[in-house]
Amino acid sequence: MADVMVVLLAISILVGGITVAGVLVWWERRLLGFWQDRLGPNRIGPFGIGQLGADIIKLLFKDDWVPPFADRFVFVLAPTAIIASMMMGFAVVPFAPGVHIVDLNIGLLFFLGMSALAVYSVLLGGLASNNKYALLGGLRSASQMVSYEVFMGLSLMGVVMITGSFSLVDIVEAQKDVWFCFSQILGLFVFMIAGIAESHRLPFDLPEAEHELTAGFHTEYGGMKFAMFMLGEYLGLALISCMIVTLFFGGWMGPSIFGDWVPPFIWFSLKVILVINFFILLRAAIPRPRYDQLMDLGWKIMLPITLINLAVTGAVLLWMEEMV
Amino acid sequence: MLSMLRSMWEIFIHLFRKAETVQYPEEMPYLAPRYRGRIVLTRDPDGEERCVACNLCAAACPVDCIALQKDTREDGTWYPEFFRINFSRCIMCGLCEEACPTYAIQLTPDFEMCEYDRQNMVYEKEHLLINGVGKYPDYNFYRVSGLQTATKDKGEALNESAPIDTKSLMP
Repeated sequence: MADVMVVLLAISILVGGITVAGVLVWWERRLLGFWQDRLGPNRIGPFGIGQLGADIIKLLFKDDWVPPFADRFVFVLAPTAIIASMMMGFAVVPFAPGVHIVDLNIGLLFFLGMSALAVYSVLLGGLASNNKYALLGGLRSASQMVSYEVFMGLSLMGVVMITGSFSLVDIVEAQKDVWFCFSQILGLFVFMIAGIAESHRLPFDLPEAEHELTAGFHTEYGGMKFAMFMLGEYLGLALISCMIVTLFFGGWMGPSIFGDWVPPFIWFSLKVILVINFFILLRAAIPRPRYDQLMDLGWKIMLPITLINLAVTGAVLLWMEEMV
Repeated sequence: MLSMLRSMWEIFIHLFRKAETVQYPEEMPYLAPRYRGRIVLTRDPDGEERCVACNLCAAACPVDCIALQKDTREDGTWYPEFFRINFSRCIMCGLCEEACPTYAIQLTPDFEMCEYDRQNMVYEKEHLLINGVGKYPDYNFYRVSGLQTATKDKGEALNESAPIDTKSLMP
């Protein structure tokens, strides 16, 4: 019986994830529109939600073309890698008490591994396209992701130290009294920035950087293959938001003053939506840094902050142990 | 860092501003009286065509979208035998209107002239000519110009003095 539930949940996450990613495309355009004093897509269906269907139909009818100079097998494989790895990442996210596909005791490491695998998609796409813009985009994304991967993992170690477990369910339950966004504010800050860089969204979308690299790694992609990259990006956004909520904002738990009449899943979704909107606001407000600025930010600011956070958290934990 | 937070706040505040968008098919945008849109040929207050087929508009047109052919009436005045504007070429620059000596050709605040067939973008004289005076209600070219016509002699036009008698020494 439990197995059936898990399979059903997996299917619903698969379908729901893709739907959410599609809705996010529309929602982001709408929100960016509002922030730029315009309306955004509002023509098709109520509030323009039908734009999603129109976009899908358009992309499906596009010519599914593989350039003759590309490495065909890898070219077709690359877009699937990002979707697969992002979807795998959702397997460990606890949406509500007991509602998760698998509660791995290394859940956090699994998530980090899966988000690291997503680099391959961009890298292989850039390599297989056999196009200099795509190659440069792939190159950039490789170095960006490798450098941000370093402190993305390290920034979460404070949370792991306090909880004493890599399991995401344990981490959520450890936030019963105080969310980690207070004690691990530096960790949250670093993880958020690293998360944006990992899902290479604006302002850290250097791999795409349309003003200098045309479209970066997906220059040669069109139709549904391009749509899969797009979908992967939005899945990554959703996944990073889920992780931020799980790790720092108490997952499915609402603030205790509201009591427990709101279902946990609603709390979880509400927080995820807020974080996603915050990411969209970042996109609307922050200009894209230059490439060397990006690297400087990573290695000279973010990494020291992470190490300080790690050292201080460890010291405080040891001190508190001594006190008891 | 602080400036980034500030710009994020400033942009967030825009969520509560009114959008600048005019939702066109439902809501018409305001078009100024001198908006340069569809071109018309106007008539003078007497209901006659103002165009004298001088070809200045066709000469001024930077994209050569105006074509016309002069013809002469019995009283000696000119009129266009045909007058054709290819609106698929027209860039609504208004130079024809500025070149026109008789205020005949005028641009109007109307831009809704889409066609499914490109050939329908070519407007002939019967499509261009309107039953109105356009922007200059009282203007009648033949009444202010010194040209001699069947109804008036030289010097009889409005604001015009009689021709100087070159044979006389009197001032």
